[in-house]
Amino acid sequence: MLRFVASRLLAVIPVLFVVSCVVFLILRLAPGDPAAVIAGNSATGAEIEQIRAKLGLNESLPVQYGIWISKVLQGDLGHSYFLNKPVSDLILQRLEPTASLALGTIVLAILLAVPLGTVAASRMGGGLDRLLSVISVAGFSVPVFVTGYVLIYLFSIQLQWLPVQGYEPLSGKGGLWAWARQLILPWLALSIIYVALIARITRASVSEALTEDYIRTARAKGLHERAVLLRHALRNAAVPIVTVIGIGVALLIGGVVVTETVFAIPGLGSLTVDVVLNRDFPVIQGLVLFFAVSYVVINLLVDLSYLLLDPRIRY
Amino acid sequence: MIRRSFVSAVAAASVVCATWIAGPAHAQSDTKVFRFVPHANLAVLDPIWTTAYVTRNHAYMVYDTLFSEDAQGNIKPQMVDTYSVSGDKKTWTFKLRSGLEFHDGKPVTSADVVASLKRWSSRDAMGGVLNTFIDRYDTPSADTFRMVLKEPCGIVLDALGKASSNVPFIMPERIANTPGTEQIKETVGSGPFIFKADEFQPGVKAVYLKNPKYKARNEPSSAMAGGRQVNFDRVEWVIIRDPQTQFNALKAGEVDMVEQPAFEQYNTLKQTAGVKVIDFSPAGLAFIMRFNHLHAPFNNPKIRQAAMMAMGQQAYIATQVGVPELGRVCRSIYPCGTMYADENTGDFTGVPNLAKAKALLAEGGYKGEPIVLMRPTDLASIAKIPLVAKQQLEAAGFKVDFQQMDWASLLARRAKKDAPSQGGWHLFLTAWTAGDISSPLTMAMLNAKGDNGWFGWQNEPRIEKLKADFARADSTAAKKKLASEIQAVAMETSTHAPLGQYQSPAAIRSNIDGVLVTPGVPLLWNITKK
Repeated sequence: MLRFVASRLLAVIPVLFVVSCVVFLILRLAPGDPAAVIAGNSATGAEIEQIRAKLGLNESLPVQYGIWISKVLQGDLGHSYFLNKPVSDLILQRLEPTASLALGTIVLAILLAVPLGTVAASRMGGGLDRLLSVISVAGFSVPVFVTGYVLIYLFSIQLQWLPVQGYEPLSGKGGLWAWARQLILPWLALSIIYVALIARITRASVSEALTEDYIRTARAKGLHERAVLLRHALRNAAVPIVTVIGIGVALLIGGVVVTETVFAIPGLGSLTVDVVLNRDFPVIQGLVLFFAVSYVVINLLVDLSYLLLDPRIRY
Repeated sequence: MIRRSFVSAVAAASVVCATWIAGPAHAQSDTKVFRFVPHANLAVLDPIWTTAYVTRNHAYMVYDTLFSEDAQGNIKPQMVDTYSVSGDKKTWTFKLRSGLEFHDGKPVTSADVVASLKRWSSRDAMGGVLNTFIDRYDTPSADTFRMVLKEPCGIVLDALGKASSNVPFIMPERIANTPGTEQIKETVGSGPFIFKADEFQPGVKAVYLKNPKYKARNEPSSAMAGGRQVNFDRVEWVIIRDPQTQFNALKAGEVDMVEQPAFEQYNTLKQTAGVKVIDFSPAGLAFIMRFNHLHAPFNNPKIRQAAMMAMGQQAYIATQVGVPELGRVCRSIYPCGTMYADENTGDFTGVPNLAKAKALLAEGGYKGEPIVLMRPTDLASIAKIPLVAKQQLEAAGFKVDFQQMDWASLLARRAKKDAPSQGGWHLFLTAWTAGDISSPLTMAMLNAKGDNGWFGWQNEPRIEKLKADFARADSTAAKKKLASEIQAVAMETSTHAPLGQYQSPAAIRSNIDGVLVTPGVPLLWNITKK
């Protein structure tokens, strides 16, 4: 297994190299100039040129790439053109809100979706199964911003139970509760889609597992139906469920811009939008590299979890 | 029985849960804390390095100015105590008020002032004009500086009291020595608020504390001039991008003021309990359309005039603003209600005249070249107006090549002098706050120095000559006359087309009072919260 982990980690290097080249070239070849944005509405062409020179944007592309990548190899993702801060600081600053939002959403979705999908699979065609279908369709169909605004209207404007917007760090004065209170509505709004997705996958996987011979054997041995369902069917159906959860986490880390915008959560999604609109090249490049690493790590963790879930799998 | 008990238990649990969840309802709605939602994300902190309005507004919190504009447009001393002009009008002597101190505890000196003015004039258009008059600065003492001119100049006070970007804010010399093309790394001013650098999170919030050592002037506040009395211990700028979330946060009392709510919410806001709408900037903003003077067909004045004749301001206001009471037709290139606005605009009336436009097109020999019109789709405040321009131009007989892009792409493309068919452009539209276009010296569109001028690169020596005369004029009457003459040339040569003036009111909680009327700058002093 160690060889597998090592080889997967080594495979990250060419992936990151390709990602770094692609993102660097796309940004330089796409229309837009950070110097023009910096200079503002009343600047002249000469002022823009001065700023371009200061930022090193008049160098050839290989030289610019070389400067950037050599710094990255030394652990320096560079400085934001606009925010006058190291890119790594900006990413770290925005990571906590996004991670809080993503992990909370996934945990909530798992807690709701896996039992729901499992029970629905055990009672195919029953009331709960039909209810799950309705929830799934609704979850996929209703845009997250609609759900968000409805939740805000009910719980923040009408009932005044929860705040409309903002984020309180876990280490802030209010502690755990202040942190959670800010995130309850975003978690709810965002988890609906993931509940729908994970519940559907769970239902499909468990229902397939329930048709296997070992389930018949377990029942023939006189095992309680709950034990059959949880210990045998669900466990064997876990691989696709975990895969979907892993993809969900990766997508959430990669930016939930709409949710962050509706609830004014200062996460990586809103940072990405800001820096793309401003053409803040160093931050965009840093974010893309960060997302690439996150995807690789999450996929690796998912692959490793297969070992725990299915003893037949060997790396 | 069991069911009734269950229902009661659930109800009781809900109440307990609700109380627990809600916690202290808006515990921070303290009267000593003011929460403000700016119109844009505060990313850059250097008000000289960028002209972004949000940075200018931030700087008004932190820095002080030598002079300031009052509500009537007069320039009044702010950091300056007294000033005098020599008999030959070539030496201006300024004495600073006593007790001025930077937030790092150091006194404000004449050396700080001179360094700040030099940096400002290296970036600002009006500062640049002033600079051409300056022979040297002298600092005879720590609280006195002299500006020695090569020849008399009529805009010394106008420039030093300039209200909009770039404003000559005063910084410590060690910071002001940073070249204007580089961002400063510290935010240390001597203004009424102290910037909390450790709490600043771009895209999230900026925090300011009351400066306990700030010495406000004794005069009552009037726009930027007069005493800057701070009534809050702490001001938080909260960055909320989504207009609906801004509205919800204001309604829920989580914020006290939204600088620029969406026009779509104007009527709802006016009817919302606990909220009021105020117009702190009556002169507002103005839409304009800029021609590229380098390329055919707009290198032909007749064709530019044809395009101007096709424009009707009412359609722009109705489409982009959508609230009739917030817009007005203003044919002047200077915003109506400001000092130099007049109706000496020739044939341009702000009302479309398609017959005249078609006649001018024929007269100018328009060959049907596609007009590259750029539209910034991501900038909600001006995204709709290019659609109106396209319609008006086509109605007059132009063939339009409508190119949609984001604002950053537009900014980069408008800097290109290439032919429109090879990545250049013919037309773009934008909006300016009144403060930026109320003087010929601050209006970018009147920069007619050809290749070295503003995008569009008009080469019109008459405008430059009149602007130089304007800078020398030493009376308001003379300046008004020259401003009118500049406008006449601008209209004759179609520097740009004014497309209507509009207001952008703020929304505040009902318990807020004292918001000052300014030329577009939200000032957070003088405000009280009950």
